[in-house]
Amino acid sequence: MNVMMLLEMASGAFPDRPAFTDGERGVTYTYSQLFEAARHRAGSIRANGASRMAKLDVSNLGTPLGLFSSAWAGVPYVPLNYRLTDDEIQALLKRVTPAYLVTSADRVDALGGLDDVHAIATDSFLDAGQHPVAVEGDWAMDPDEIAVLLFTSGTTGEPKAAVLRHKHLVSYILSSVEFASAPEDDASLVCVPPYHIAGIAAIMSSVYSGRHVIQLPNFSAERWIELVREHKVTTAFVVPTMLARIVETLEAAGASDAGMPHLNSLAYGGGKMPLSVIEKAMTLFPDTDFSNAYGLTETSSTICVLGPDAHRDAVGSTTEAGRRRLVSVGQALPGVEIEIRDDEGRVLGAGERGEIYVRGEQVSGEYEGKGSVVDAQGWFPTRDAGSLDDEGYLFLEGRADDVIVRGGENLSPGEIEDVLLTHPSVADVAVVGVPDEQWGEAVAAAIVAKVGASIDMQELAELVKIELRSSRVPAHMKQWDELPYNETGKLLRRVVKATFEEQLA
Amino acid sequence: MPTLKTGGRFKSAVCAGEIMVVTASGDDVELTCGGAPMVEPGTETAADATVHPDHAVGIAMGKRYITEDESLEVLCVKAGDGALAVNGQLLLQKDTKQLPKTD
Repeated sequence: MNVMMLLEMASGAFPDRPAFTDGERGVTYTYSQLFEAARHRAGSIRANGASRMAKLDVSNLGTPLGLFSSAWAGVPYVPLNYRLTDDEIQALLKRVTPAYLVTSADRVDALGGLDDVHAIATDSFLDAGQHPVAVEGDWAMDPDEIAVLLFTSGTTGEPKAAVLRHKHLVSYILSSVEFASAPEDDASLVCVPPYHIAGIAAIMSSVYSGRHVIQLPNFSAERWIELVREHKVTTAFVVPTMLARIVETLEAAGASDAGMPHLNSLAYGGGKMPLSVIEKAMTLFPDTDFSNAYGLTETSSTICVLGPDAHRDAVGSTTEAGRRRLVSVGQALPGVEIEIRDDEGRVLGAGERGEIYVRGEQVSGEYEGKGSVVDAQGWFPTRDAGSLDDEGYLFLEGRADDVIVRGGENLSPGEIEDVLLTHPSVADVAVVGVPDEQWGEAVAAAIVAKVGASIDMQELAELVKIELRSSRVPAHMKQWDELPYNETGKLLRRVVKATFEEQLA
Repeated sequence: MPTLKTGGRFKSAVCAGEIMVVTASGDDVELTCGGAPMVEPGTETAADATVHPDHAVGIAMGKRYITEDESLEVLCVKAGDGALAVNGQLLLQKDTKQLPKTD
C-alpha cells in the first residue's frame, strides 16, 4: 500500500491526460510524465541518502512531484509553511534532518548551509536533465511506512508533526473517490496551501479520479475568477475567507451571476463559513453544487461532508432547524464513525455539546516524538467541540480548549457567537474568555459591524440574555474593524484573547 | 501462495490482472485469478496459460472485490480477463458510494 500506486494506476489508465498545470507558469505534466519524473526524482533522493524530503515553496509542479517521488524513494514528504519567519522555518527544518530540501531559489544558500540539509531550487528539481538516474525497483508496499509528516498549523503552541502513513492516505482515497470517475475535460482549481492537509488530499483525489489540476499558488479572488474562466474549471475547493473575497469581488463588479456555468462543484472547509457568505454564493453560482467538508490533518483530511442536496434542502427549508443545517458540516463519510463525549468520556446524545471523537481507517492521530493519542478502541479526540443532531449531522462549536469556564459553568463561545450573528448589524464576531477576579473567567466579545451599520452594545447584551441566559452576556464588548484569521481561514482566538487581556490589564 | 497481508501485491498467472490487498483476515487462503493461484509480481508465468472459462468475467482497474463474508478485500490495480476467487468461490464487486467532490 503506497500512494505511488494511485499515480501508477492513473498513469496506466490515462497516460496522456494533463495531470497538473501550474496556473502562473503555464507548464503542464501529463500523468505519464509525472510518473516518469517521480521515478527519476526518487533516484536523486535515494542517491542523496536523505531520510526526509522537505518542500518549502508555493504550489507548483514540484508539489505533486515531491509527494510521489518521496513515496517512491521511501522517505516521508514534509511540506513546510513558507509564510513562517526564517527562525521558525529553520527550527522545523532541524526537526526533519537529514533532509533533501526543495525550495525557492532565494532560500537555497541560507538553508543549504544548515547541517544535514541538502537544498536545491525548485527549478533544479523540475529540470529533468539534472536527474538522469531512475530509482531502481518499485516502491515499498508496507502500509505502515510514513508517507507525510505535516506540521499542524499550531494556532496555539509549538507545531506538532502529524504522522500520516500510507495506509491512512490510501484508505481515505479508496473510500471516498471512485477511480477514473472524472470526465476527460474535468479541471480542478487548487488554491489551498501545499503544506495544508487539504492540499495533500487534493493531489491524491485528483490523481485517482483522473482530473486535471490547475494550481493557483497565491490566492487572490481576481486571479481565481480568471483561472476558473480560462481553464473552464469544473471543480474547486476554497476556505471560507476565500469564498467571502470571491463573493465580494463578484458583487463589486455588479454581477448577479458569477458567469461560470462550467463550475459544477465548489467545496469549502477549513473554518467556519458565515451563513451570509454561503447564501450569497449559492445565489451567484446557481448551477454549482456546494459541499462543506470537515476534516483534520490527523484524519487524512475530510471526515464529514454536507453535500449539495443537503445545501439546497436547507436553503429551501421553512423551519429554523432545517435552515440551521446549512451551517452544519454534514454527515460522516463511509467508514468513519463520530461520537460526542463529555469531559468524563461519556457518549452524549443528539443535540448535546461535547468534544468530537472520530474513528476510521484514515485516522492517524499520531505525532512524531509524541506517539499516538488514539485510545484502545481506536477513537481520536479531535479537541474540536460540537454536537450531532438526530440524523447525524455534525455542528462545530469551536475548539474544546476555547470553552469559557465562568464561575464553574462551562460556556461555549460558538453558542454565544451564533446568537450575536443573528443581529442585523453584526458581520462577524469572536467570543473568548478573559481572566476575571470574581468569576475566574468572563465572556468577552469582539464585534465587527456590517458596512454602514452601527453597533448598539446594550441591544446585543439584551439579545444574548433573551436567547441564552444572563451568564452568557459578554462582560466586555469591543468593536473591531476585522477579526484576525490565519491564511486557511481559522479564527486566531488567541490574538483576540491577548488583545482583550492587554486592554483590561 | 504467500499469506495475504494488507498492502500486498499479486498478479494473475493467466492474464494481465493485478491486485493489491486492502484488508485480509490473516488466515491462509488461496486467491485465484482466472482459475489459477495468483503469484507475486516479478514471478515468471507460462506464456500459453489460459483463463478458466468459469473464471472469466474479468476484473476492472480501480474496482474493489470482496469475499461474501468481507474477510478479504482487494483492489484491482491492473485490469485482466480472469475473475478473482477464494476456494473456488468468486469474489463480489464492492459498490462505492459516489460522494460529493470535496478536495
